[in-house]
Amino acid sequence: MTCDQCHEREAIVHLTQIVDAEVTTLHLCERCAAERGVEPPTVGKSPLGSFLAAMGKELEGAALPGTVTGEACTRCGATLGNFRDTGRLGCSECWRCFEPQLRELVRRLHGSTFHVGERYVVPGDDAGSERARLGTLREQLRVAIETENFELAAELRDRLRVLE
Amino acid sequence: MIDLTLLADGGMGWLDASGPASHLVLSTRIRLARNLAAYPFVGRNSDRERETILREVEAAAADTVLLRRAARFRLDRLDQGDRLLLHERHLVSRELAGLEPNGRVRYGAALLAQDRIGVMLNEEDHLRLQGLHSGFALDAAYAEVDRLDAELGSRLGFAFHPEFGYLTACPTNVGTGLRASVLIHLPGLVLTKEVTRVLQGLTQVGLTFRGLYGEGSEVVGNFFQLSNQTTLGKTEAELLDHLGKVVRQVMEYEEQARQVLLRSAPAIIEDKVWRAFGLLRYARSLSFEEAMNLLSGVRLGAGTGLVPGVSMYTLNKLLVHTQPAHLAAAEGLPLGDPALAIRRATHVRRVLEDEAGRRA
Ligand SMILES: [Zn+2]
Ligand SMILES: [Zn+2]
Repeated sequence: MTCDQCHEREAIVHLTQIVDAEVTTLHLCERCAAERGVEPPTVGKSPLGSFLAAMGKELEGAALPGTVTGEACTRCGATLGNFRDTGRLGCSECWRCFEPQLRELVRRLHGSTFHVGERYVVPGDDAGSERARLGTLREQLRVAIETENFELAAELRDRLRVLE
Repeated sequence: MIDLTLLADGGMGWLDASGPASHLVLSTRIRLARNLAAYPFVGRNSDRERETILREVEAAAADTVLLRRAARFRLDRLDQGDRLLLHERHLVSRELAGLEPNGRVRYGAALLAQDRIGVMLNEEDHLRLQGLHSGFALDAAYAEVDRLDAELGSRLGFAFHPEFGYLTACPTNVGTGLRASVLIHLPGLVLTKEVTRVLQGLTQVGLTFRGLYGEGSEVVGNFFQLSNQTTLGKTEAELLDHLGKVVRQVMEYEEQARQVLLRSAPAIIEDKVWRAFGLLRYARSLSFEEAMNLLSGVRLGAGTGLVPGVSMYTLNKLLVHTQPAHLAAAEGLPLGDPALAIRRATHVRRVLEDEAGRRA
């Protein structure tokens, strides 16, 4: 792959940037990267970029037959390699298949892994959604205590008391 | 050409300058990213699946209160001028309109819009619910989009994960899927050269910014869009509250910068804003960038009382109608026609003349 800037030298820095919440990847040679003041990707500013770059190295290091194929999403077939290239996941199931890796990424991107905003109730599932809601609140409470977020924990405990 | 009269006020209610703090804040936008659990995300689904998504959402929307009378635009069936027009009217993203460098319109890309809210379909996520309000109005804009989310969510199956929340194609949007943006005019901070310091400060507190209207990274007209960067780990209310607090702070800095300018260099500022007014009032040819920058000067003059009698509404309308696709459509010329610079100047002159006439 040639450099996106000079279109001459081989690109060695693959910089995935988040600009205005859009992910773009810039392929640069060493010199053009230096001109732009781009640090090697692992210490780049964007957590998604550095994560993707680090993941790239990991995958290349582990490029033994069979190791990567196990990483495909059971539903859409996307791999972590696809995600590294595009910055996009293939389907909602990818979130479950690559949960540990994505949890780490989400933590770096958002400083948390636990959604505390509005909870979605699947249409027509009142009892199930009530159970799910309680389960989720308990799980949130556990994480809140683990991460010593006591203010949140107290609030969650109150909410659970009301529901139970 | 597409028929924008299908939309109440042409989908431009946001620019009437009726909202709070309209002299500084043009508009407030809320968007929620949602995906249907039943289909792969946009990068990995087929034309047929995107067509199905479109049909399912349209059927659900027809059953709602908020989108029952929605106008529908299939972006994938519009030419570039019309797609740019919708983008200039702040109704669709660059991505949906296929306006990114070497981008193209995705099959099934569409917009449903009614009054101040709408849904982009087959954007980076299956659904991007959005609301656009005049001025600084985070809570009002969110409340409306939240209602639409409830209406659609009870009729469709959204992808939701107990830990990660609403699932999105890109991890930067996961959780609430909420991106709130405020479009703000900061000429005072630009002139006092403090804007970089202030905006860099935003990135330290989980917010992000970008300049508006620039080709590439060039900021034109001193407009900036301030938004939340993170979407997970905080409630919607907390995200809005945080952005709101910081925007109010930035507004205060801007007012202070204007006071400093008016106190320390009144003659220079007065000259600057009247020069901008004079050029807009009498120039015979204006490029888009030049018009934007001059409008910014006059806006500063109007906001500080130096240039009386020009309303924010008029300036907002000029911002929209002097954009390339709007002007080309109004003048019946192809995009990029060199005569547009002359027509732009004529249009601006006429509008400012009318405004002066009304005052007299
Ligand atoms: Zn190069
Ligand atoms: Zn998948």
